[in-house]
Amino acid sequence: MNWNFEILPDFIFNGLRDGAVYAAAALALVLIFKATTLINFATGELAMLGAFFVYVLNIEQGLWLWLSIAIAMLISAGIGAAVERALVRPFDPADHLPVVLITLGLFLIINAVAGDIWNYQVRRVNDPFGQFPSWVPNGSELKTSSEGTIACLTNSEGQLAEVAPGTSGAEMCEMVGRTFFEVIGARLHYRTIGTWIALALALIALAIILGKTKAGLAFRAVSSNTESARLVGVNTGRTLGFGWALASVFGTLSAALVAPALGGVNPNMMLTILIYALAGAALGGLDSLGGAVIGGLAVGLVKSVLVSWFGVVVLGQAYFSILQLAMAFLLILIVLLFRPAGLFGTRRIERV
Amino acid sequence: MTEMMLKAEDLHARYGAVEVLRGLDFEVPDGNVVVILGANGAGKTTTLRALCNMCTTTGTVTMEGDDISRAKTADIVRRGVAHVPQGRGTFPELSVMDNLKIGAYTRKDNEVNADVDRWFEIFPRLEERRGQLAGSLSGGEQQMLAVARALMCRPRLLLLDEPSLGLAPLIIEDLFERFAQLNKETGLTMLLVEQNANLALDMADYGYVIESGEIALHGPAEQLKNDPAVQEAYLGA
Repeated sequence: MNWNFEILPDFIFNGLRDGAVYAAAALALVLIFKATTLINFATGELAMLGAFFVYVLNIEQGLWLWLSIAIAMLISAGIGAAVERALVRPFDPADHLPVVLITLGLFLIINAVAGDIWNYQVRRVNDPFGQFPSWVPNGSELKTSSEGTIACLTNSEGQLAEVAPGTSGAEMCEMVGRTFFEVIGARLHYRTIGTWIALALALIALAIILGKTKAGLAFRAVSSNTESARLVGVNTGRTLGFGWALASVFGTLSAALVAPALGGVNPNMMLTILIYALAGAALGGLDSLGGAVIGGLAVGLVKSVLVSWFGVVVLGQAYFSILQLAMAFLLILIVLLFRPAGLFGTRRIERV
Repeated sequence: MTEMMLKAEDLHARYGAVEVLRGLDFEVPDGNVVVILGANGAGKTTTLRALCNMCTTTGTVTMEGDDISRAKTADIVRRGVAHVPQGRGTFPELSVMDNLKIGAYTRKDNEVNADVDRWFEIFPRLEERRGQLAGSLSGGEQQMLAVARALMCRPRLLLLDEPSLGLAPLIIEDLFERFAQLNKETGLTMLLVEQNANLALDMADYGYVIESGEIALHGPAEQLKNDPAVQEAYLGA
């Protein structure tokens, strides 16, 4: 047993960064579940598509990164609403199986189409939080050669600097500039802080949309009681489309935030993230927005601290890193077994 | 002849293969309270749902002379039909205030807050609980909320589906007094579905009795009250 507490804060920070990504993806699942009690299995692929829009606009078209993300979110919102209109609304909302199958099919189709257009290689993207200030590098790649791993660091001017094997991380950082603050001896990366801020801003925006606007009130009404919502004159179909649009925005946010950490975009980038997001949503209660956020963060933390730190570092068992995904399923299983409604979900009591 | 707020002719309704309404003809004159009586499963709730196009229907429904049988539910609401469904139909996860606001969803004027204050005056219990979630209210309070919510759209026709269900007798009496008062003071037309025939007939102008999806009997409320068949079946005489 090697209780290496010194590096624990690193794992906590990383866990909460991944967790923020899962939280955004879990919100995408929960927004749709709340309104329709459906799990949209295409959530991850719709998000991946959003990340590719960012890639096309920013890298291929040269638009400013944040503008690219904003446009990608808008396009995703449109696609989400269109999917609801074309593939979900024609079906009886009381019969879930056909729609769940449709979202599964959509998952496969989007993945295949994206693979056909962009192939399955990882395409580098810019890190939204790696570009400020100017001396901060905008990313780095790792290349493996016969001599071992060589890190090629790019600074903001795009110059490559090859680093000999054996160079310490601190030395590398000196070469290109730092990308982190030091907090209690751990590295708090700009990217981590940026991810948290982005999630926080998106949550504030969501709270305002749902709490203060008429469309938001209608969405909450449809989620609470669809029939009564119709009886007060709410166009339930259009409101559900609005929910799908909101969900797609959050999916794209999660994919855009995670892409730099994955080394770039590729059609399979959201597969595992969707699993973690599902675990987070189940943990928080599938119909609780706050629960999705806390559940997503908790899954990131459990994965990083329990599996990576405790399993790999403390117990010294490398195979724990393979068990990360299994852990997510285990979490879903345990939650559904002992608290079917999740930690913050509504336990439905029907009064007759 | 009084003008007809609502008129149904040969109204049929079905859920899947099951035909629930088998050709109803009835009318609701402007400013009147009309009650529909019937046993469980006779088709009372379906009648109200059919009027709002919430189930598959054939036949004609006209509101003030205009055919609304093919109109969308939301458009029927916009015409001034408010429906308080069976089992209250409040939004349990929304606050009392939000329940009232969503009731005014179809309105575009800026007197919504004034109306909220007005119904708070009539139902002071709701004002005390304005920030609470509707799901945490008692049955009687929820029924008040459901009615206040329906009134928020400034309806000209109020459809009430068994408002007395599951409430204590004192609360029911209080509720029906308020209905009668509303009808008298504002001239609000009401179509009421009830099993509590005594109270309903006391308040109503006219009544229909439906059995197995057909109208078995109809007449002025006074006359129905004294009808031996009605007394035996619904008034426990």
